[in-house]
Amino acid sequence: MDFELTQEQELIRKTMRDFTEHEIKPIAAVTDRTCAYPKETIDQLFRYGIMGMSVPKEYGGAGADDLSAALAVEEISKACASTGDIVATHNGLCCGPIIQNGTEEQKKKYLRMLTQGGKLGAFCLTEPDAGSDASKGTTVAKLEGDHYVLNGAKIFITNGYAAEVFVVFAMTDPSQGTRGISAFIVENTFPGFSVGKHEEKMGLHGSPTAEIVFTDCIVPKENLLGKEGKGFKIAMQTLDGGRIGIAAQALGLAEGAMDEAVNYTKGRVQFGRSIAKFQSTQFLFADMAVSIEAGRLLTYQAAIRKTKGQSFTKEAAIAKLFTSEAAMHITTKSVQMFGGYGYTKDFPVERMMRDAKITEIYEGTSEIQRVVISNHIL
Amino acid sequence: MSFNNTDIAAFKDVWVFCEQRQGKLMPTDFELISEGRKLADELGVALCGLLLGDKVEGLAKELGGYGADKVYVCESPMLKNYTTGGYTTAICQVIEELKPEVMLFGASNIGRDLGPRCAARLHTGLCADCTHLDVDMPIYKDFLREASTLTPEKIEGLNTAMVLGEKHDVSRDLKMTRPAFGGHLMASIICPRFRPAMATVRPGVMKKNAFDQAKADACQIVKPAFTITEDDVQTEVLEIVKAAKKLVDLIGADFIVSVGRGISKDVAGGIKLAEELAAELGGVVGGSRATIDSGWLSADHQVGQTGKTVHPKVYIALGISGAIQHKAGMQDSECIIAVNKNDTAPIFEIADYGICGDLFKVAPMLTEAVRAAKASK
Amino acid sequence: MKIIVSVKQVPDTSGKVAVNPDGTLDRASMQAIINPDDLNAVEAALKLKDETGCKVVVVTMGPPPAAGMLRELMARGADEGVLVSAREFGGSDTYATSQILAAAISRIGVEKDDVVMCGRQAIDGDTAQVGPQIAEKLHLPQVTYAADIQKTGDTITVKRMLEDGYMTIKVKTPCLLTCIKELNTPRYMSVGGIFEAYGKPLQTFDYETLKDDALIDPTTIGLKGSPTNILTSFTPPLKGAGLMLNEGDDKANCEKLAGILAKKHII
Repeated sequence: MDFELTQEQELIRKTMRDFTEHEIKPIAAVTDRTCAYPKETIDQLFRYGIMGMSVPKEYGGAGADDLSAALAVEEISKACASTGDIVATHNGLCCGPIIQNGTEEQKKKYLRMLTQGGKLGAFCLTEPDAGSDASKGTTVAKLEGDHYVLNGAKIFITNGYAAEVFVVFAMTDPSQGTRGISAFIVENTFPGFSVGKHEEKMGLHGSPTAEIVFTDCIVPKENLLGKEGKGFKIAMQTLDGGRIGIAAQALGLAEGAMDEAVNYTKGRVQFGRSIAKFQSTQFLFADMAVSIEAGRLLTYQAAIRKTKGQSFTKEAAIAKLFTSEAAMHITTKSVQMFGGYGYTKDFPVERMMRDAKITEIYEGTSEIQRVVISNHIL
Repeated sequence: MSFNNTDIAAFKDVWVFCEQRQGKLMPTDFELISEGRKLADELGVALCGLLLGDKVEGLAKELGGYGADKVYVCESPMLKNYTTGGYTTAICQVIEELKPEVMLFGASNIGRDLGPRCAARLHTGLCADCTHLDVDMPIYKDFLREASTLTPEKIEGLNTAMVLGEKHDVSRDLKMTRPAFGGHLMASIICPRFRPAMATVRPGVMKKNAFDQAKADACQIVKPAFTITEDDVQTEVLEIVKAAKKLVDLIGADFIVSVGRGISKDVAGGIKLAEELAAELGGVVGGSRATIDSGWLSADHQVGQTGKTVHPKVYIALGISGAIQHKAGMQDSECIIAVNKNDTAPIFEIADYGICGDLFKVAPMLTEAVRAAKASK
Repeated sequence: MKIIVSVKQVPDTSGKVAVNPDGTLDRASMQAIINPDDLNAVEAALKLKDETGCKVVVVTMGPPPAAGMLRELMARGADEGVLVSAREFGGSDTYATSQILAAAISRIGVEKDDVVMCGRQAIDGDTAQVGPQIAEKLHLPQVTYAADIQKTGDTITVKRMLEDGYMTIKVKTPCLLTCIKELNTPRYMSVGGIFEAYGKPLQTFDYETLKDDALIDPTTIGLKGSPTNILTSFTPPLKGAGLMLNEGDDKANCEKLAGILAKKHII
């Protein structure tokens, strides 16, 4: 068991830390306040190869391993969880399933669009009646000659109103339950595709979440991803990998919040001394450090197992469950450390606390993670 | 390299390269001549200016008025505008011929281009961007006592230095003190084995002597021989453009004068006073959050947690209380000066210098005092 | 065509710098970074590589860890790296350093259409001497303070900054340019670049490698090759608690303050 990062991974972390410090951190508060999609930042992330970094070189990516991808999301999320979410979704939930299941033609075309082409990707599974119970989706896809016709609506789609390439799950055979779901690659230019409501959220304000509506949407036959009926499996597999990205995002949030709190408490003087000198403060930070260290190792372990081709479903679920709950706890406590100032928008911790909540919910709620983990035990 | 510059005794006199641009002497030339005069007196030798250009002889006597005994003038159409190649060629020829023991340049953009090239060609030592020059040991030691945290024993022991394993007496060496590590460290450098000892000197630091007409009249002008060809010049100057000083951003500014709620009784007046003080210092105006929220200044002036974080050389806070959100944006400034009516204002806790008073009275006085201090340098 | 960029790994003196109780700098408290002006030089070289496909070689004189910096520059796009490192080179002042670097660059080879680039100055030494001195020793024309560089064929047109404006200077290759921060915005390492960096060639030149160069012998390197010596170094007295000026009236306070600032060369 080697706990050291490779020299390339060290450079990935270094460059992401550098980029985040200079390009992402300075605009994080404004992004949150204005709910603006950080387009310039994402364009830069395309330029430097972070978007689609795990796509194999022959399709336009850098062929990066999963730990490198997680490090990137972690570093970004220390300053801006919204940007971290955009990157994690693009890499894990859109590039991911196409790399895993795409035909040569699909990979050549769409992975190139998602890397060199600078186009953002998204993943459409959730529907109003199908959240944790993903099998209850009612979006249908009917084969008509050389194309499928999709009808239905997906909600809470990350990157929804900025993305151009979507991996969409729809029922090709409603009588088969989960075995009747298929996956498709859909472009926002296909006839019948439209973006619906822009979601107004508690946090992650810079992440463009939207409803996606398919009204007799024409999807070429060649865009079926994997085989008909294999869609549910593809979705679950994709989410396994995506969970590592979210674990990294939650980890970054926790680390960023703790750093802010540590700096603040060192300088804040009450009752004649810096509040960092009070044991209650010190013990709180010790507990935070324990959680962060544990979360880091769980996340990195899941990423390494995935790259090695070992089964990682349980490990990814454990990492995501642990780090998301830790992030919620740590960001909340960080606000507490700031006292009244922490509740104001002058300081970033209230945003981090609002951002942290969703990590316990999306890409599988904490409850679903517990289901996944217990399924591996019993 | 054709001349023996390790024969220390053969080198005499302090020379100052006097930069002229488009027929005008640079203000730093007078500072350097004045400083050179001091060093020449301590060494008991002559002080000579070195002036290059085309038809610039008429500028030379003025250098005498600040203390030059002699000015060497090298004229040629090829020296009209500064080129590294042309100037290095002429200067090195003249130095090889006339052997000064000390050669000073102003550390202007040109001096810092020229000095190192000459030092390399002459195989001698150059110390860049000096802020203090000494020959006389007692005076040098006094300087160290005041400006450093060196112990008295250490200072006393500086009469000699170990050079290549041997004890070397530094009493006649030029001791060149300069900042390194971004100003966090000061170093005193000597050039014990070669001559001339060369230094580029930071502009605006040395004190200028009073001008003496009699000395100017007595100053000798000498035109030493030198040869320069097109091949020596090596680069071509296409144009020289004077650009208006562009607006400095808060982030890059060396001097920031910020206003806060304290200007509320006369907002326009308060901002004007801040602008005047900033202009005198060559800086920009900033504001606390309150001034932006009240619409007195536009958002790009805001310094603080939700505004800009700045690290200027000097941050002057006028009528700013120093709330935690403001401190977060400026607490790493090198020098913080606060003016506030209330002597318990939190800003005084982080200020290096504080004046408890009415900013409307203090700011204009400070502007005037800064102007006077600069003029007397 | 190739561009040779001389770079230096330096302690980050722009952040918080700790001082030891004995008045010496706590160098361990400062992170090792690529000298900022050098990044501008590398960026200028990479821009020319983007336009012309030329080769970019980065060279540094430093202890073995400096190789890590060369890898980071390769991750930005540099093609080859040279680390100049030897015990014999230690203790060199700027003159001796430029001597060694000139020999190294000479060994890398400077062809007719090549350009040597440097940052204007390093943030530890702050001397801005090594660039011009390398140029002298390689007999190359130099243009310093480059804020804009345009290359057409063998001619480079440089916007060379002055304090109150600029000069436009034409120079022919081969030549040496020193770069300032106004020149460009350096790029970050790219993911693809990072995964290629450790596969690119990195050579080490030690004393054995360079000793046959005309510029190098035991008297031209290290302490023996250094015309300057450090007599002493010191840190300025630490900032104490703030001083409330109370000379009696505002005018006197202002005059005293202005005097303090003038004495400290702040104004």
